[in-house]
Parts: sequence; C-alpha cells; structure tokens
Amino acid sequence: MSGSEIEQLVQLLAKLPGLGPRSARRAALHLLKRRENLLEPLARAIAAAAEKVRACSVCGNLDTRDPCLVCIDPRRDAETICVVESVADLWAIERTASFRGRYHVLGGVLSALDGIGPDDLNVGGLVKRIGEGGIREVILAMGATVDGQTTAHYVTDRLQGAGVVISRLAHGVPVGGELDYLDDGTLTAALKARRPF
Amino acid sequence: MIADPALAPVLSGSMAVTRLSLAEFRCYPRLRLDLDARPVVLTGANGAGKTNLLEALSFLAPGRGLRRARLAEVGRLGAADAPWAVAAVLTTPEGPAEIGTAHEPPSGPVSPDGEARDGKRVVQVDGKPSRGQAQLAKLVSVVWLTPDMDRLFADGASARRRFLDRLVYGFDPEHARRVSTYEHAMRERTRVLRTPGAPADPSWLVALEDRMAREGGAIAVARRLLADRLGRAIALADGPFPKAGLRAVGAVENWLGEGPALAAEDRLRAALAASRAHDAASGGAASGPHRSDLEVRHLERDRPAAMCSTGEQKALLLSIVLANARLRALERGAPPILLLDEVAAHLDADRRAALYADLIALGAQAWLTGTDASLFAPLAGKAQFFRVADATVNVSENP
Ligand SMILES: [Zn+2]
Repeated sequence: MSGSEIEQLVQLLAKLPGLGPRSARRAALHLLKRRENLLEPLARAIAAAAEKVRACSVCGNLDTRDPCLVCIDPRRDAETICVVESVADLWAIERTASFRGRYHVLGGVLSALDGIGPDDLNVGGLVKRIGEGGIREVILAMGATVDGQTTAHYVTDRLQGAGVVISRLAHGVPVGGELDYLDDGTLTAALKARRPF
Repeated sequence: MIADPALAPVLSGSMAVTRLSLAEFRCYPRLRLDLDARPVVLTGANGAGKTNLLEALSFLAPGRGLRRARLAEVGRLGAADAPWAVAAVLTTPEGPAEIGTAHEPPSGPVSPDGEARDGKRVVQVDGKPSRGQAQLAKLVSVVWLTPDMDRLFADGASARRRFLDRLVYGFDPEHARRVSTYEHAMRERTRVLRTPGAPADPSWLVALEDRMAREGGAIAVARRLLADRLGRAIALADGPFPKAGLRAVGAVENWLGEGPALAAEDRLRAALAASRAHDAASGGAASGPHRSDLEVRHLERDRPAAMCSTGEQKALLLSIVLANARLRALERGAPPILLLDEVAAHLDADRRAALYADLIALGAQAWLTGTDASLFAPLAGKAQFFRVADATVNVSENP
C-alpha cells in the first residue's frame, strides 16, 4: 500500500497521546500534503527540540537552557518551591500566572502496582535542594488521586526536620482529579487556599 | 408492611429508571426500554435474559455488578470490537439524571497487575465523563437480592461485607470512595511489602498505612452506624418477615466501641505498622475493615442466620432490604432501586403479598423476575409487565 517510511511515520504518530492508528494515518496524510508549510517546519522543530531541550538539572522542568528560565528568573521567589508530579502540571500552574516561586518536578507518583518506587522519583534531588538552605516553604501540588496523596505524604515524611513549612493545595477537585485537567481559575484558588499538611 | 403509617406521606420523590439502553451487553446487541416509576416485572423462561437486565441496572451503582463478573465477560459474545455500554435516564429526588457506563478495554502494553488487564469501567453523568465510579453513589442507590446470595450467611465474610457496603452507599455516598481508596492503598502496601530486593521504604509504608487507617476508621464507623440503624428500623416493622438483629463486627468496629474514632484510627495505624513482617508473608493485612463481617441473627429464633433454613435466610435478607428501603425513603426522599431476582417464587403467598404491599407503599421501582407470571397477579395495574424471550423484551398488558 505504501512505502516503509510512511508506515513508520504512521506508527510513530500513533504513539502520540490521543491518536490511534486511524487518526495517525490521517495526520500523516495531512503532513505529507503540506510539505512546505507543515511537514518540513515540523521536522526542523522536532530536530531542534531533540537537540536543545533538556530537563533542568535543578527543578526538572524542560527547557533549552539549564538551569531553566524559571530557576534563573531573579524576580521569582527563591524561598518557595512548588512540588509537582510532572512538567505538564508545572506548565498548568504557570498558565495561571498565580504562583511566583520555583518548582520541583518529581517525575511521577509512587505506585507500587505500576512498579514506580521512591528511587524512580526525584525526591532525593528535592531533599538535597532543601538541605542546601534558603528554602522557607514547600507547597505539595500533587493530584487528588490516592497515589498522588500517598506521594505527598511520603515527601512530607522525607522532609521531616528539614526546617521548612510544608503546605498542600486546597483541592476543590473531584477525587482522582489531576492538576493538568483543572481549569486555571480552580487551580489559582487551590494555590491561594493552600493549607498546612 | 410499613412500620409507621406516618412514613408514607414523607415519600416526596421517587428514584426510578425511566429509560434503559443497552449495547452489546450479554445477550443484548441493542435494547431500549421506556419505563415509568412503578415496579417492573420481568417474566420468561430461565436463560431468556432477565437477570442480564438486572445486571445492567446493577452497573448504575459502583462496583462490579451483581454477578461480579470480569468486565470483558459482560460483553456480548461475537461483539469482539465493540465494548458493552449501559445508559439510563433516571428520576431522583434531586432531579433528573442521565448515567452512562461502559467497558473501556485495556490499551497499550499490559501492566504486570492483573486488574489492569480487564480494562476499566468508565462512567458519564449527564454527558460528562466522571472520574471514578464513586460518583454513582451520589446519584443513585441500587440494592439487589439474587439466588447467588442464598449462601450469603453460610459463605465467607467478604460477600456480607459487600452487601452491607452497598446499603451504606445509599446513605453515605462517600463510603464508595473510601472503600475503593482503602483497597487501593492496601494493594499498594502489599506490593511494597512483597517487592523483592532492598527492604521496603518505611516512609512509603507510613504514608500508605496512614491512608488505610484514616479511610478504614471512617469505613468502620459508617458500617456500624448503618447496622445499628437498620436494626432499629427492623425492630419497628410489623408483618410476616422475620426480625433480624444486625451487628458490624471486626477489630476496628470493636475499637470504636471502646473509645473515640480517632483512637480507633491510631490503633489501626499501630496494628498495621506492627504486622508488616506477617503481612509480607501472608499477602494481606492482619487487621482492618477488609476483614470485618456483618453478623445477622434471627431474633425470634435467637440463633445466627447461618443456622436457619434456606427459606428463613432469604426472608431475613428481604427483611433487611425492606428496612433499608424504608429508612432511605425517610432520609433521602426515595427508596433505592431494588433488583429482586427470583425472589417471589420462594416466598409463601402471605409473604409475597406483604412484599408487594411494601413495594407499592414505598413507591419503590423494584425489578422483579420470575418464570411463573401468575405469581405476580396481585401487582396487576400497579406495575409494568414485560415478557423476556430470546433476548427480546416485550411489554405485556397483564401478568
Ligand atoms: Zn529549573
């Protein structure tokens, strides 16, 4: 039916979230029909992202510079760290423009059933950052899922005695909700109404 | 019989399915039933598809339905690609509601955990995806009695616990979320304890055990409370059904009897921390509300339900289900939707008449099945009759 290059393109596109085999074929065809104004610019953008985007060695955010723009922005409050599950959550909070501190991306939540343990998350990096001093408050912004809240409890336990105030988001969120799905207003309200863990 | 004549006027609303639609569900490729709030009588030969309809309705409540089947089993044979779905339009005391629920087969790589392989059951409420099934308990209450439950008092505690939990959902919708949270935390803890290699991270175990203790304490409180109140409601009833004495029993329930709820939570937390080595070997948890039981006694005979005849055990269950329906009607404005599979055939005429009178007085949408249509004659004009044959459901004018 078609050459292996096209098949490979379709198979890779089908791995994107929200795309199945059928929509991947449509997307591939769409790209191939728009070589100059879509396919080639996209190929260049992907190559550039692959070459330049890295995880920030301080907070885990994705950026073309390390430390990332959030970590080096002098107007941001360096004494407050918001701990999030994923970069998607970091971006969701940034969209609300209601938080002016810095972040720490854990890279997931504890889930023994999915084989994700403490060593798979960047908790050690957080403990180290706080040990270096200068941090006053840690906001735990994990989702309201059971695993998210277990992770929040776990991080609190690991930060015991570190001399920081620990608070968590006041979720007005349905149980099992994840941060990235919250609308900006709800997320802003949750950040403002945070409470001690 | 209604215990207190003053109860009847309180019934302002009703809880009823007014439209039921099925797709690829058991023997039904497609089905749509339009209904009113009265009881529904389904008659037909064994294997005609009556219980399948009740099972579809049982998926309007959180959980695995009245057969506790794997999700993939519920799909129609031969409908390989199309997942099953159930949709219902309901009237409730809080207003109309539309519920949709469907099997979402597993996608992507299979996780090592067996549960995930069956996919999951997704829920929509009023057209919007709902996170988790616990939301269902807030909208609708469904209680069932099936022939499988004939052995409820003889078998292990887990079926009795689930029976009590379903009753609790009708009064305390948060209970469904608590039970699923507790069970998830317990499975996580078991996996942490049994992962080979380095010793389990104590902070992780503390986090999981804290969650189990807090949810577990609240679960035991809710079960105890409802068992007590149901016991009182049964004591007030008159009529031919036997009086049942109910008690939620277990370690946490006992601790609750000895002190405040917070102290019981602390004791559970301490018990879990102390039993880690044991639990790692056994693969469960030595104490907690997942080991509790519902103790039922036949009060007039002064003996445990398990020592009564099969017929009396069934009557005891009906006595509990009817008391639950009265209590719920009084408190939440409507009795639950009742699914009574093959119940009428096992009652004598006296009890059958009393059951029908109760259902009518309560305004309950009870779904009754049977092979012998004549047993339902007293409900003529007061219920909706359908004949079920070969996976088709037809209105019939009279029983
Ligand atoms: Zn950074």
